[in-house]
Amino acid sequence: MNNLLTQSFDRLLANCSTPEVVRQVERGETHGPLWARIHESGYLDALVPESAGGAGLSLADAFPLFVAEGRHALPVPLAHTMLVRAVLASAGIEPPAGALAIASQVRVEHDGAVSCPATPYGRVADWVVVGMPESWLLLPTAGAAMRNTGIHGSLRADLRWPAHSHQTLVAHGAIAWREAGAAIAAAQLAGAMERALGMTVAYANERIQFGRSIGKFQAIQHQLSVMAEHVFAAHMAAELGCSGRGPLPHGLRAAVAKARASEAATITTSIAHAVHGAIGCTAEVDLQIYTRRIHEWRADFGSEQHWSRVLGRALLASDAESTLAFMRADLIPLLEEIQ
Amino acid sequence: MMEALSLVPVPTEAEALRADVRAFLDETLRDMPPERRAQSWLGFDATFSKALAQRGWIGLALPQAYGGGGKDAFARFVLVEELLSRGAPVSAHWIAERQSAQMILRYGTEAQKRFYVPRVCSGDAFFCIGMSEPQSGSDLASIKTRATPTASGWRLKGQKVWTTNAHRSHFMIALVRTSGTTDDRHHGLSQVVVDLSLPGVTVRPIEDLTGERHFSEVFFDDVELAHDALVGQEGAGWEQVTAELAYERSGPERLYSSIVLFDTWLEHLRHVKADDDISLALAGRIVAQLVTLRSMALSVTAKVAAGESPMVDASLVKDLGTELEQFIPLALGDAIASATERDAPPALLRTLAYVTQIAPTYSLRGGTREILRGVIARGLGLR
Repeated sequence: MNNLLTQSFDRLLANCSTPEVVRQVERGETHGPLWARIHESGYLDALVPESAGGAGLSLADAFPLFVAEGRHALPVPLAHTMLVRAVLASAGIEPPAGALAIASQVRVEHDGAVSCPATPYGRVADWVVVGMPESWLLLPTAGAAMRNTGIHGSLRADLRWPAHSHQTLVAHGAIAWREAGAAIAAAQLAGAMERALGMTVAYANERIQFGRSIGKFQAIQHQLSVMAEHVFAAHMAAELGCSGRGPLPHGLRAAVAKARASEAATITTSIAHAVHGAIGCTAEVDLQIYTRRIHEWRADFGSEQHWSRVLGRALLASDAESTLAFMRADLIPLLEEIQ
Repeated sequence: MMEALSLVPVPTEAEALRADVRAFLDETLRDMPPERRAQSWLGFDATFSKALAQRGWIGLALPQAYGGGGKDAFARFVLVEELLSRGAPVSAHWIAERQSAQMILRYGTEAQKRFYVPRVCSGDAFFCIGMSEPQSGSDLASIKTRATPTASGWRLKGQKVWTTNAHRSHFMIALVRTSGTTDDRHHGLSQVVVDLSLPGVTVRPIEDLTGERHFSEVFFDDVELAHDALVGQEGAGWEQVTAELAYERSGPERLYSSIVLFDTWLEHLRHVKADDDISLALAGRIVAQLVTLRSMALSVTAKVAAGESPMVDASLVKDLGTELEQFIPLALGDAIASATERDAPPALLRTLAYVTQIAPTYSLRGGTREILRGVIARGLGLR
């Protein structure tokens, strides 16, 4: 994917997903104008095959776009929408208009009602993709009983659809939506953590105590170095998670991405806040826009412990003769999946 | 702000080497117990090194004109990752191949290149690096060992310590003071190559906490060196050493030191059919970190291959890498001793003990954690 596309996408988000806009959407003011800008930009069908009228980008191509979404804390589900529209196009289903989100957790009740607690972007999505064992559903949020999670500023929502909802779109075949959501969340984490690192370094250089900027103190320098290490590692892991030619990630690579990026989440947010001091915990300073999201994305689609278990199970079940052989067979992308 | 490392593939030509290396290692390491393989780049075996050299696998990426294989950095990455991930005893030729030969090729005279590099590649010349002294560790610029000019060359006086393999190497490349005093700090330092069989050189191995002897103290008592002992420019020792450390800190060398222990533990878990959440999550956490670091190291290798000197990236990968290398024995120690319902095999316990004891050195060699974090902080724009 060319850098120009990434740069123009980054400029678009810098322009329309400003901290002020993010705060407005979180307060519950309309996200309509923001979504309209995104829609006009033409990125919604970036992952849709060219034969179906899209730009035909691979998941690997789209990775920098997902990272940019995290960097700008975009308060609407563009990455989710891009990926779901690509899968719909491949299945020959006309995508519904509006913002599409992937459910993180799914419970099917005895009577067939579907409940999706803590759905990412639940408050701003028009449709939610729900993975079932043998099929998947596309459910309209307008038809759901929506409960606010009660979490300050969160865009998540608890959603519940009664059995036999009329507007449901059903697609056959299992899709690993949880893995797709995990790969996207890992890339968003990488972007948001990169942003938090930049803000923290800048603050350390500005803030004067004991007659010099606190960034001159070795104790602070070493904390920021550790933060940078984890940001870099999360970025690399997320790129692994988003490698591949199609729109959907390789399952175990998505597991690596989410396990590693979620692990970095706790370390980086702790250091960012420690260095910022009390002012970093105020509503006024932008840091919280990112750190609150980092904690949410860490949990969405499964935390580091969840994905580590998935990986560990695969490693133990593998008959590869060494860890390196396992990594090469199951985790490291092939040449053609990168280039 | 630094730019994140991005995913690069291993080119097909470089991958082609892997099968041969693996077949060779299957054969040569078959009877070597895990606690011995866990020594990895502290495992000294001159016969093994010679066998590698015969296959052209020492100096694989060094120029053919000097006895090397003329391959690129990616081929070396593949070779080294196979060697280290299997715990091959690479110590004998390790420093010579990875640092000394590179350094001589970069700064040495034509005669020095022709003399030393082919001997390194054939597995006949082993090197050690004389940096630390009793009063100079991380503060390397404070070294006191001095080479004084004489009519016939240099007279060397002083002492080095913690020199890996000095007692079983042929040559040392030493950082010494050739002019000025310690107050001149980075100025007035030079690198000299010392034939360790010369009169006046005394090498005393130091027993380490595992009962092995891998490092030494070295005394220079008026050792007479010829003019051509000087490598590079007189007074440019600091710049040369800094460049050398960039090599030291890149590549796949800083990820795999505890991998033999990890693989031995996995083998045990498979054998007892363990499927408890703690073991699964720990195994998965380690492999997620490892594959990420491996991708980062490969990305640094690509930068080196492209002619860059990615000092900050390499420091970052090394610091994270040694952290994982040190995490593995500590976490596995807990996992093994908490699963008291499962008997751990004696070889696993010996491997665990060895790696646990030696692991603190992983973040000392080639620049401590604190030094690396200083380098990264500078890269972030904090100093």
